[in-house]
Amino acid sequence: MIPAAFEYSRATSVADAVSQLRSGGPEAKVIAGGQSLLPMMRLRLAQPPHLVDVNHIRELDHITIKDGRLRVGGLTRHATLVTSDVVRANLPLLAEMASEVGDPQVRTRGTLGGVMAHADAAGDYPTIAVMLDATIVTDRREIPARDFFQHLFTTALEPDELVCEVVFPLATGPHRYLKFRRRLFDWAIVAVGVQLTDSGWRVGITHAAPTATRAHSVEEALRSGADFHEAARRAADGLHPSSDVHASSEYRLHLAEVLTRRALEQAA
Amino acid sequence: MAVSQLIGSRVQRREDPRLITGHGRYIEDRNPAGLLHLAVVRSPHAHARILSIDGSQAAALKGVLAVLVAKDFRAQLQGAMPVTPSFVPEKKYVPERFPIAEREVCFQGEPVAVVVAESRQLAADAADLVTVEYSPLPAVVDPEAALVARSPLTHSDGPDNIGWDMTFAGGDIEAAFARAEVRVTGRILQQRLAPTPMEPRGVLADYSTYDHTLTIWLSSQNPHFIRLFISGAMGLPESRVRVVSEDVGGGFGSKISPYPEDYLVPAASRLLGRPVRWIETRTESVLTSYHGRGQVFTAEAAALRDGTLLGLRLTQILDLGAYHGTFGAFQACACLMAGGVYRWEAVHARTVGVLTNKVPTDPYRGAGRPEGTHLCERMVDLVAQEIGMDPAEVRRKNFAREFPFVNNFGLTYDSGNYDGSLDRAMELVDYQGWRQRQEEARKEGRLIGIGLSTWVEICGFGPSEATAAATGGISLVEAAQIRFLPSGSVAAYVGTHSHGQGHDTTFAQIVADTLGLPLDMVELRHGDTAEGPSFGYGTYGSRSLSVGGMALHKAALVVREKAKRLAAHMLEVSAEDLVFEQGAFQVRGDPRAHKTIQEVALAAYGPGLPEGMEQGLEAVSYFDPPNFVWPFGAHICVAEVDRETGTTQILKYVAVDDCGNVINPMIVEGQLHGGIAQGMAQALFEEVAYDLDSGQLLTGSLTDYLIPTMNEIPELTLDRTVTPSPTNPLGVKGIGEAGTIASSAAVINAISDALSPLGIHHVDMPASPARIWKMIQEAES
Repeated sequence: MIPAAFEYSRATSVADAVSQLRSGGPEAKVIAGGQSLLPMMRLRLAQPPHLVDVNHIRELDHITIKDGRLRVGGLTRHATLVTSDVVRANLPLLAEMASEVGDPQVRTRGTLGGVMAHADAAGDYPTIAVMLDATIVTDRREIPARDFFQHLFTTALEPDELVCEVVFPLATGPHRYLKFRRRLFDWAIVAVGVQLTDSGWRVGITHAAPTATRAHSVEEALRSGADFHEAARRAADGLHPSSDVHASSEYRLHLAEVLTRRALEQAA
Repeated sequence: MAVSQLIGSRVQRREDPRLITGHGRYIEDRNPAGLLHLAVVRSPHAHARILSIDGSQAAALKGVLAVLVAKDFRAQLQGAMPVTPSFVPEKKYVPERFPIAEREVCFQGEPVAVVVAESRQLAADAADLVTVEYSPLPAVVDPEAALVARSPLTHSDGPDNIGWDMTFAGGDIEAAFARAEVRVTGRILQQRLAPTPMEPRGVLADYSTYDHTLTIWLSSQNPHFIRLFISGAMGLPESRVRVVSEDVGGGFGSKISPYPEDYLVPAASRLLGRPVRWIETRTESVLTSYHGRGQVFTAEAAALRDGTLLGLRLTQILDLGAYHGTFGAFQACACLMAGGVYRWEAVHARTVGVLTNKVPTDPYRGAGRPEGTHLCERMVDLVAQEIGMDPAEVRRKNFAREFPFVNNFGLTYDSGNYDGSLDRAMELVDYQGWRQRQEEARKEGRLIGIGLSTWVEICGFGPSEATAAATGGISLVEAAQIRFLPSGSVAAYVGTHSHGQGHDTTFAQIVADTLGLPLDMVELRHGDTAEGPSFGYGTYGSRSLSVGGMALHKAALVVREKAKRLAAHMLEVSAEDLVFEQGAFQVRGDPRAHKTIQEVALAAYGPGLPEGMEQGLEAVSYFDPPNFVWPFGAHICVAEVDRETGTTQILKYVAVDDCGNVINPMIVEGQLHGGIAQGMAQALFEEVAYDLDSGQLLTGSLTDYLIPTMNEIPELTLDRTVTPSPTNPLGVKGIGEAGTIASSAAVINAISDALSPLGIHHVDMPASPARIWKMIQEAES
């Protein structure tokens, strides 16, 4: 539980952060809330030689509506998303999801951008990003969420690239995020998010694959008139979840179906 | 000054303001000048031969003082780590354990080298640079498989894997089974548990090279025994070693026995001539702090169709790990308590201790008694299921009702009222109402279950004759010292240790009441072997109050008696004419003629004492209880299982417990809250899992080893009955382990009851959603 030695520097702007990352070498890491990175460092599973602290870059901490889209800065804390009137009025599913992340300590420190860049299979925000076709804006480009998450802990980000904001469509219709876990603060064993939009239901699944997945077959079934029960049966289509000490692959697939049906029932 | 009765009052814990504002004094808070830091290099293998250890790279780091291996410690430490003879005299194979492995590692996490450096970070970095070459050996992981003739050996030079094998025979079991109208069988798992106290272990040792004394600050429940063990190993007179355990952030049994680091850190301090500290990381805690439970029971019960219990036959396979835990054999008491609160014609119990390539097991909250209760209460429910009788009725039909009650193994239960606690629990939970709601829910396809656990425990260790064998000659009595200081305040020293039990408050209540003083005139001290009586016996097995508290009470009475003789002398009356009231010795019939005990204390340090009386007002007393104490109670759990996901939700939990007279109801309730939560944790959440081939720990962090929090524990409804123990002056019993002993059975009985419409009659622990879902799938297919 003692991290290996590392260099630390504090960035004052996005440009400064990128230049510090560059000079820190390809193994340098951004530190924001540190809720995933620090435990990994303490277990010496990660030993970055250099940390660039972005916690003081004010331009990364914002929540605004612009051109009919919700733009959330990468440094926005979970706790801020939970209580933001703008988020609650324009994309309440995001606030609901944020309220389900970790425990109060984690929600006070952890950030939206950190979750995206870390790309844990059990991360919650990647699910809403993928299901609603959000866009990840970095210091140099815009990346659609479906292209951003490539594999477990693997994203389209370059080593010196910084998540600056995430742009979501607005959605205020019926929605629900159901997270199955053993303890209130645990990562999801499986979770399912549903959102009714102008173009029909969107359904996303957390932790049933190496990355968040959009349940296209469920969405299609609903579009073609299937009831929730019937549509939910398609939740496991194409998924090959892993087994671990908490759940077998079969159990995860089963949970995906049950949670999809329940989320749809509870949202509607 | 009026002094109210403190015994029985809800006095707030005096230790809390300090502890909850961050002013506790833990091992990591102590930073003596010149402190060095030790890190342990551990085996990544469950079983392997050590080919070579190269510490040269680590030693070359600036600030690293030493890289030490087994042969460096051989010159420092004599003999093997202790294994007590305990209750299992027929030990077969007891592998010798040196604190650090030399040629062969036998569990993942076993120390192979230590690094001592100027900072903790540096020590951790250097430990990573120690290169150890291993040649892996086959690992023995499953204790049942370890008993098969061709099993690999836990120790390559051992005869087999059998640590012990013996049978306790209580009554004519063949005759009991011959009369059986029904027989039920069970196979009941007790998974390994990791104790995970909030404060991990820690050792700080300072060996003075000038006067050859050794001071060890240790996070321990048992400082005097540790002093005995370490002084012996270091070749020092016991009197030159001081062990200090100030605030200890939880133990749950895992801080009773000595650990390798308890030897390695003092030895390193003597070698280097500077204070050395090691603090266990959370990873090390889950991997190397002695685990609890780890048992498999097979059992058969015989009964009549009218619910009369006849015989119980069982085998306990106990996973010892790679070495016998110092007090590990104590867990065999599950066998002696397997009959529970019932009258059986006969109980036969075989216990087999099995060596495996895993960290040793040792007592963990309840130690054998939760396992015995769980087994007994499950078997009684299986009988009830088989004959179609309400489980409450089967229990009532068989309760012991005459006390003292002698169980099948000759243990004498001091007092009890098992109907009383069950009646009250059934009333509080609305038992008949829930049976109706269960019926209605079943019609809708919902799975609601009601689980009972009527429990009894043996605790308060213990009578000197019975316990001397358990420690190799030192009886588990308890000592206390009371000292009146001249100005009238009292310092009270106990040989027990408080690490969450609230003794600073409850023990002070006893002293204050006995001496007629306000609470803040009594200072309670424990945990420092340099203070108080010559030996203390530590805190475990719910023994502190019924043994240590009684020693304290006794010492206070001795002091009061001397004060009375002095007061009589001062008042020029005979001692028989004095009554002790409100902290003063009062002349009968003359209210103005009195001396407060504090006035007497001052006089005790002055001239003019009665003929033959020495100065001072202090006493040391030992209490040797005539019997153990036998708390009991009834817990009822109502639970609903989500048929689709396998999730259990506890709808209602009622516990009616009886620990005799109560010193502080608030602290008793606190112990029950924590204890019940810990049993629920075993029933639903916690499990140490190993890879069955490699012996690698699979649940090495607290994201995988699931400790529930207050979010996961339901509201508890508590009540009590009061049946005093006749074997001590205050009529008290223990309560520290009661909740844990009772609750796993109540929860699992509720889940098994919920699932019974599906033909499922037994569920193993932890009853995780994944496990229950799988059972439901199999039952429905």
